[in-house]
Amino acid sequence: MSQLICENLTLGYEGHAILQDLSFSVEPGDYLCIVGENGSGKTTLMRTILGLIPPMKGQVLTGDGLKQTEIGYLPQQTEVQRDFPASVFEVVLSGCQNRCGLRPFYRKEEKEIAAENIRILGLEGMEKRCYRELSGGQQQRVLLARALSATKKMLLLDEPVTGLDPKATAEMYRCIKELNEQGGITIVMITHDLSAALQYASHILHIGAHVFFGTKEEYLESSARVEFGKEGEES
Amino acid sequence: MTWFFETLGNYFQFPFVRYALIVGVLVALCSSLLGVTLVLKRFSFIGDGLSHVAFGAMAIASATKIAVSQLFNAIASWIPGAAGWIDSYEMVLTLVITILAAVLLLRPGQNRKIKGDAAVAMLSVGALALGYLILNLFPTSGNLSGDVCSTLFGSTSILTLTSSEVWISLILSVVVVVVFVLFYHKIFAVTFDENFAKATGIRADFYNLLVAVIVAVVIVLAMNLVGSLLISALVIFPALSAMRVFKSFKSVTIASAVISVASAIIGILISILVEKGTPVGSTIVAVDILVFIGFFIAGKIGGRRK
Repeated sequence: MSQLICENLTLGYEGHAILQDLSFSVEPGDYLCIVGENGSGKTTLMRTILGLIPPMKGQVLTGDGLKQTEIGYLPQQTEVQRDFPASVFEVVLSGCQNRCGLRPFYRKEEKEIAAENIRILGLEGMEKRCYRELSGGQQQRVLLARALSATKKMLLLDEPVTGLDPKATAEMYRCIKELNEQGGITIVMITHDLSAALQYASHILHIGAHVFFGTKEEYLESSARVEFGKEGEES
Repeated sequence: MTWFFETLGNYFQFPFVRYALIVGVLVALCSSLLGVTLVLKRFSFIGDGLSHVAFGAMAIASATKIAVSQLFNAIASWIPGAAGWIDSYEMVLTLVITILAAVLLLRPGQNRKIKGDAAVAMLSVGALALGYLILNLFPTSGNLSGDVCSTLFGSTSILTLTSSEVWISLILSVVVVVVFVLFYHKIFAVTFDENFAKATGIRADFYNLLVAVIVAVVIVLAMNLVGSLLISALVIFPALSAMRVFKSFKSVTIASAVISVASAIIGILISILVEKGTPVGSTIVAVDILVFIGFFIAGKIGGRRK
């Protein structure tokens, strides 16, 4: 059974459609990369999947016991966070909020989930460190641990390697791959980095003038890639 | 040293001094709690705008007080024990208007014609101008500039609180602290990352509104202590000081509460003990500034900030 189904989505802001009639589905354990030029609607699509904005037409369905609020989201970093006084543990624990509902305090098991995810992402010993003092790569792993605390099944990553140096980038991709292969977590990732998409993904969704959805192998044979590659070279 | 305690002992025989200290501590505690959130969410200007709205509201309240109290007395003569509550009319009306302004500024919805800071600026200077105009048109005492000065800088109002105002301050402070503690984790989540919070099903718009309403309550509480122009200082300085040195949200919040309460007590005592007396509000803010400088230097020396 599919975990995420998008049916005939039309996306856009304030009556202006960016993307029309988009349909695709994500199965448990998939590693889907969403690629496309700037302005093609990647981020809008992601915000729609998360329910932050309503689709203009069509619908987003979740299945296989996954609720829309149980998708782990790794957003791009915001200005506010750069100067935020919060410990690593506080940030990761805040991912458990969706298990709390209206309950004001965390239970022991939620603290254990946070501690476990800190361990999984190799951040042990940093629980009390201040978030703003970490390196870019470490910060990104903290946010990934928080996303993981919010989900058991699916992670949605928005350009997870933006601003990271090559070493931290490789480390980040390795973490995500491990979560996918060993943790059995479905990955949906927006990326500019087509070579990484082709290296790690099982499926590709290309949006833009030509829309393509299929496995990586099908994508390599299709024409959409050729176009994206060309445009990439020009720019 | 004995002089110090003797003088203090003498002053504490007066109920108004005890009231001032109690309310001062409560106001300082409440105002510091949301400081971190306001600073980090770039909401400082909303607090500032609301404090000007509170000034305008106070002007309306004092202009209408006589008429309302006549009406009230006519009704209250039927209810035993109600007569004293008209004393707090100005505070209650100011509270209602300021909360309404907070809701208006932060109401959810993308399709507002006038956005964010421009709306706040409009509301804030508009309220200041109208407030001063109303105070001039309907003067309640011979000393107009004294009245205005006291509303803006809170010079003596903390020492002239009525017992019903003290009770209202007490109740509101308890409400603010309880709400803050209950929603502490949600406020943290929304402050740190609004989009993530929304995606995991937290109603971020509601919590933004809650924060604004609490700020409105704090402002009305703090008007008596420091006056409407200096309220932002009470909200922002302790949080900024704590943020220089402490590293987790919890420790920053606790530290800013401690700093704020300590500064308020020191400020009030100084203004009582200094020979000719200094204005309470500005003395507290001066202490806050000194503390900030101290923490700033401590943060630089501790030096682990990048």
